[in-house]
Amino acid sequence: MLKVMIVGATSAIAEATARRYAARGAHLYLLARDAERLDLIAQDLAVRGAAAVHTAICDFTNSFDADALVMAAHTALEGLDLVLLVHGVLPDQTACQQDVTSLRAAFVINTLSTLALLTPVANIMQAQAHGSIAVLSSVAGDRGRQSNYVYGASKAALDAFLSGLRNRLAKHGVQVLTIKPGFVDTPMTAAFKKGPLWATPATIAAGIIDAIDKKRDVVYLPWFWRGIMMVIRAIPERVFKRLSW
Amino acid sequence: MHSSGWGRHPTIETSTYRPATRQALARVLRAESGELIARGMGRSYGDASLAARSIDMTRLDHIIAFDAASGEIECSAGVSLAAILEFIVPRGWFLPVLPGTGFVTLGGAIASDIHGKNHHHAGSFSQFVDEITLMLADGSELRCSRHEHADLFHATAGGMGLTGIILAARLRLRAVSSSDIEERLIAAPDLDHALALLEQHDKSTYLVAWLDVNQRGASRGRALLMLGEHLASGGFAPATRQPHSVPFYLPAGLLGRPLISVFNALYYWRGARQSSTRRVHYSRYFFPLDALGDWHRLYGQPGFLQHQCVIPHASAAQALRELLTTVTLSGLVSPLAVLKGLGPGNDNLLSFPQAGLTLTMDFAMHPATLALFARLDDIVVAHGGRLYLAKDACMSRDTFLHGYPRWERFQEIRERYGALGRFASLQSRRLGL
Repeated sequence: MLKVMIVGATSAIAEATARRYAARGAHLYLLARDAERLDLIAQDLAVRGAAAVHTAICDFTNSFDADALVMAAHTALEGLDLVLLVHGVLPDQTACQQDVTSLRAAFVINTLSTLALLTPVANIMQAQAHGSIAVLSSVAGDRGRQSNYVYGASKAALDAFLSGLRNRLAKHGVQVLTIKPGFVDTPMTAAFKKGPLWATPATIAAGIIDAIDKKRDVVYLPWFWRGIMMVIRAIPERVFKRLSW
Repeated sequence: MHSSGWGRHPTIETSTYRPATRQALARVLRAESGELIARGMGRSYGDASLAARSIDMTRLDHIIAFDAASGEIECSAGVSLAAILEFIVPRGWFLPVLPGTGFVTLGGAIASDIHGKNHHHAGSFSQFVDEITLMLADGSELRCSRHEHADLFHATAGGMGLTGIILAARLRLRAVSSSDIEERLIAAPDLDHALALLEQHDKSTYLVAWLDVNQRGASRGRALLMLGEHLASGGFAPATRQPHSVPFYLPAGLLGRPLISVFNALYYWRGARQSSTRRVHYSRYFFPLDALGDWHRLYGQPGFLQHQCVIPHASAAQALRELLTTVTLSGLVSPLAVLKGLGPGNDNLLSFPQAGLTLTMDFAMHPATLALFARLDDIVVAHGGRLYLAKDACMSRDTFLHGYPRWERFQEIRERYGALGRFASLQSRRLGL
């Protein structure tokens, strides 16, 4: 029985992923801010076949004890096979340009809290010499654009950290997966106009689970974003800086 | 945000609130007054889910409880029927009533009291619903059933969201031994044969006729009957997800007479040639159009209207001939038409089904279509029939009042539970509710 800890469990992508693990009979430990929604989701996952569902409330806007939080999950699950970090915010780029408070909040939640959680998780996984760590980054981390470079930078920091962590844990048989979704139709992107490139959380969830099962390192979801980002990264900076996007 | 029903007519500027929890929804209702309407996947065709303020219920898509032994399930209102099937079919259960698409929510299915290809035996969706949890105008929750607040139950089932916001419901499933359906096609060369065959095969669990209403002369109303039975064995295969989607709006008018005539002729002859049985997955049998995502875009930006009426048996054949003649005389073509028999109605105040024949026809949106619909509505009223509120975008208040004589009682119950002036749609305004 797979022991799975999910942080940001009320996000649309996390919920869709958790439903698939529930159907496999996994033992789940869910962390999120919204207690009411967390209850709703936990009940649903139990009906769908999860062996057991534990929940805990967390809020990363203030400082928190990452060691205690991870240990609580480890104790409740009696082990850790998979840690999925999906929490994050999409900051208002314009606000971030005016006020460093917004910028700092984005980094505290998207970056610092993730790195803080990964530290004890990595040590547990290294010691037990098995397990998977999967972290939600974004294609926005591949190259900063003027319309959302604060978000992009907060995710790019994760990419570098995860690359190093993967390098460190590979010899211990631990998988580190960097997940890079493109446009996903979720409550976080509710205000955006949707087009043909947009994917559903269910599609992304299926891709995440497939990548975990196949022990992949970096996955773009859906797959075509790998090609799109390859092209975007290849544009010379002197051209890129003149583009308006 | 720009919003419309599945037919894309009419459209409205709306502000939508998409609650993550019941508690969040209740806080909004307590904080603000004014009219609003709940909305699911937006598959009602006309303006039933349209209002200046709407509540998108699709985030509340959870299974609350499931009893694998008795086949009872309770779900939040925003879960789609396709998602319920995905969960229950591998466990040997099935939804007792299914519409032509899996992309409707449980809340929408109850609010429209939908019917399926088995209405002549099974009745409509709400007849398998034991309890509805409703959020009233003041944000409080109330459970209603045939035994508790029965007045509210019978107004809410089929009540188009006008009594409150459906939060969750408990329903009884039917047991199945396979995810497959045995489908049998029978060709009928004209309307008279189609009617005779519908009567002759009414023992069939599922029965519906695709109808070619664009033929003139002897073969007018030629049809393909589609019979279906649950198979007794064969395992449970998952539904295959939709592979293709219409990526953009095609030019309006593309679905004109030449294309439709060719398509219908091919469809008819292919069906007539293979008049035999075959085994198909339930998703293919019940939801053939779901394989083509956003198929409404085939009609282009102006969208389309669907006319669905039911005519009591006594004059159904006569009414059908009048309806088809009116369509022929209008010069408009209907790319898709369906005919089926309905069983007796139920105790709900605004449910559509009643014993008789129901005819469904799609037409591209055009000013002439509205004029045609007014003529069709007159025929329906003259024969004591009614129109399906879930499909309606333009019927007159008079047509509604004739078709739904229990409307006054419906309004009394809405008043009793504080729903008047709180839950309203473009449709309810048009119909004077």
